[in-house]
Amino acid sequence: MQSTTQKSVVKLKLMSESDFSEAVPGHPPVGPLPDRAAAREWLELMLRIRRFEERAGEAYTRAKVGGFVHLAIGEEAVVVGAVRAIRDTDWLISTYRSHGHALARGTDPAAVMSELYGKATGTSGGRGGSMHVFDLERRFMGGWGIVGGNIPIGAGFALQSSYRGNDDITLCVLGDGATNQGTFAETLNMAALWKLPIVFLVTNNRYGMGTSIERHSAVTDLVRKGNGLGVEGRRCDGMDVADTQAAVAEAAEICRSEQRPLLVEAMTYRFRGHSMSDPERYRSREQVTKWKEQDPIPAFTKRLEAEGIVTPDEVEEMDEKAIASAHAAAEAADSAPFPEPETLYDNVYSLGGEVRGWLSGTKAPE
Amino acid sequence: MAEIRYREAVGRAIAEEMERDENVFIMGEDIGLFEGAFKVTEGLHERFGERRVRDTPISENSIVGMGVGSAMLGLRPIVELMTINFSLLALDQIINHAAHVRYMFGGQVSVPLVIRMPQGAGNQLGPTHSHSLEAMFLQVPGLLVAVPSTPADALGLLKSAIRDDNPVIFIEHESLYGEKGEVPDGEHLLPFGVAAVRREGTDVTLVGVSRMARTAEKAAEVLAEEHGVSAEVIDPRTLRPLDLDTILKSVAKTNRCVTVEEGWPHGGVGANLAALIQEHAFDHLDAPILRVAGADVPMPYSKALEEIAYPHVDDVVKAVLQSVGKELTR
Repeated sequence: MQSTTQKSVVKLKLMSESDFSEAVPGHPPVGPLPDRAAAREWLELMLRIRRFEERAGEAYTRAKVGGFVHLAIGEEAVVVGAVRAIRDTDWLISTYRSHGHALARGTDPAAVMSELYGKATGTSGGRGGSMHVFDLERRFMGGWGIVGGNIPIGAGFALQSSYRGNDDITLCVLGDGATNQGTFAETLNMAALWKLPIVFLVTNNRYGMGTSIERHSAVTDLVRKGNGLGVEGRRCDGMDVADTQAAVAEAAEICRSEQRPLLVEAMTYRFRGHSMSDPERYRSREQVTKWKEQDPIPAFTKRLEAEGIVTPDEVEEMDEKAIASAHAAAEAADSAPFPEPETLYDNVYSLGGEVRGWLSGTKAPE
Repeated sequence: MAEIRYREAVGRAIAEEMERDENVFIMGEDIGLFEGAFKVTEGLHERFGERRVRDTPISENSIVGMGVGSAMLGLRPIVELMTINFSLLALDQIINHAAHVRYMFGGQVSVPLVIRMPQGAGNQLGPTHSHSLEAMFLQVPGLLVAVPSTPADALGLLKSAIRDDNPVIFIEHESLYGEKGEVPDGEHLLPFGVAAVRREGTDVTLVGVSRMARTAEKAAEVLAEEHGVSAEVIDPRTLRPLDLDTILKSVAKTNRCVTVEEGWPHGGVGANLAALIQEHAFDHLDAPILRVAGADVPMPYSKALEEIAYPHVDDVVKAVLQSVGKELTR
């Protein structure tokens, strides 16, 4: 690492690639546990996201939900660990795999599900769909459909914080595939030059759609990729909610206090296909099975039970609640109205209902 | 009234708005210390400093993306792209995001962003630096598109663009930067969607876009002096929104229309105007609407070829004479 960044090397727990490949899968969660209440809440939230997404997948197969639906099943520890590492006032921006981020920020599950159903009660009034969930009030800033397209947008949020001199930071979620987009190189470079308060969280699930990281990235150590652009970072175990939380919290603290960008690479795996329409010919059943054994929810459950933080009965109760919440969200979405045809043009422009397009006049003069 | 150059008018609009509103800032390639490839931002870095006049790396897509992000949170960024051809590197952020964010997030946020860039041929910059692409942006819902042709319009429209809550594609013209024109002394704001009638006439309506508004005006002079043809010249000034009323009223009076643009003919501004006019004023037309446009080729470098690849006064005169059924007399 360059001498200019040595000061913080001391602060960061660096993990080399070889450390990691030995660690996951097959590595029990060892990240620092928070207090009792927080630990329970993390587990509860992971369960709620898991059950919500299972329900969303089911709705898709029953054609209640159209288009693309990208589930993050298997990646819940990254979602919850990261969101619980930042303040509610920090800006959070994600990708097209973002239902969990919205739920973690406290967005009403029924509003998220309604967006998937294309209903008027959805977070974007049915205009965005699964890939474009958004909740300004909770500073959950989407839900972005273009791989890597959200990276400069997130840096724009951070630029705003820096410009106004407040201490909000931005957490920008991207995938391993997005590190091959021009925006990754362009934006990390600019964020480093301008010392922007942004943490790039690379959710490395090892596949850019169906292309494995060894086949899509010449440099598979994504922390190194960031280093080359002037952004320091570290890896974490993305199957361990506590390790992810600790890594992102550490990065967030440095980012906020030193006003500079950082990168966290969370090693994880998605259990489902890239989207709901994915035959998964690109990976072996054995690999999927091996990772499923490392499922972040049972692993964390087991740990909390061993630590006496939850009992099996309590976990079952949490799960039942999560199932009920997902069910209620789907019921609400199902019974909600579709957007009215006369609202088609709403919000194209910032002018109330008026559309400023071609026609300021629509009739031939007499 | 003072007479200033087009580039000075653009620079004045930026400076006045930055002075007025702390949320306004500008970023782009070589706009600070270098003071802009076309010297539009001369003096701004010295006056407003590094924080508000930001030199960027050569990263068009991400510069625009950061503009979109900061605009979503209430800043009012002006992004300068060095030429309109470079905006092609940023189309993802311009179309997928700047234009669509408000709609796809159900109106929860707006994008008060101005993307400024010059276009146009005539300086031998060849096939990657000389095009006129207003027709391409014009097609996108969510964007506003301005094509000012005079210093006063550049000043008034840019100030309005910066204050507008929607993303604006603000298209300047490389060959107009040195042109002089009168501008009002005090605060000058021009609303979008109001065309200018540059010259009144009775025989034919000429609609000229961007620099071609000036070419059309010069053609109208020749038509009056040498051919006894009275042409009314309209400069739409903004293409989205479009002041179709003014154009339709003129066509109802002259019964003929010729459009003039520097961009390509297929799917161009003129093609669209012709469609709109025949949809709304078919009964008023005494002749087919004719389009004068750039040649359907990438812009060549050689002066000999470049000169014939975009419209000049003679091309407009010929088209008008064809429209009114007169032979060229010289």
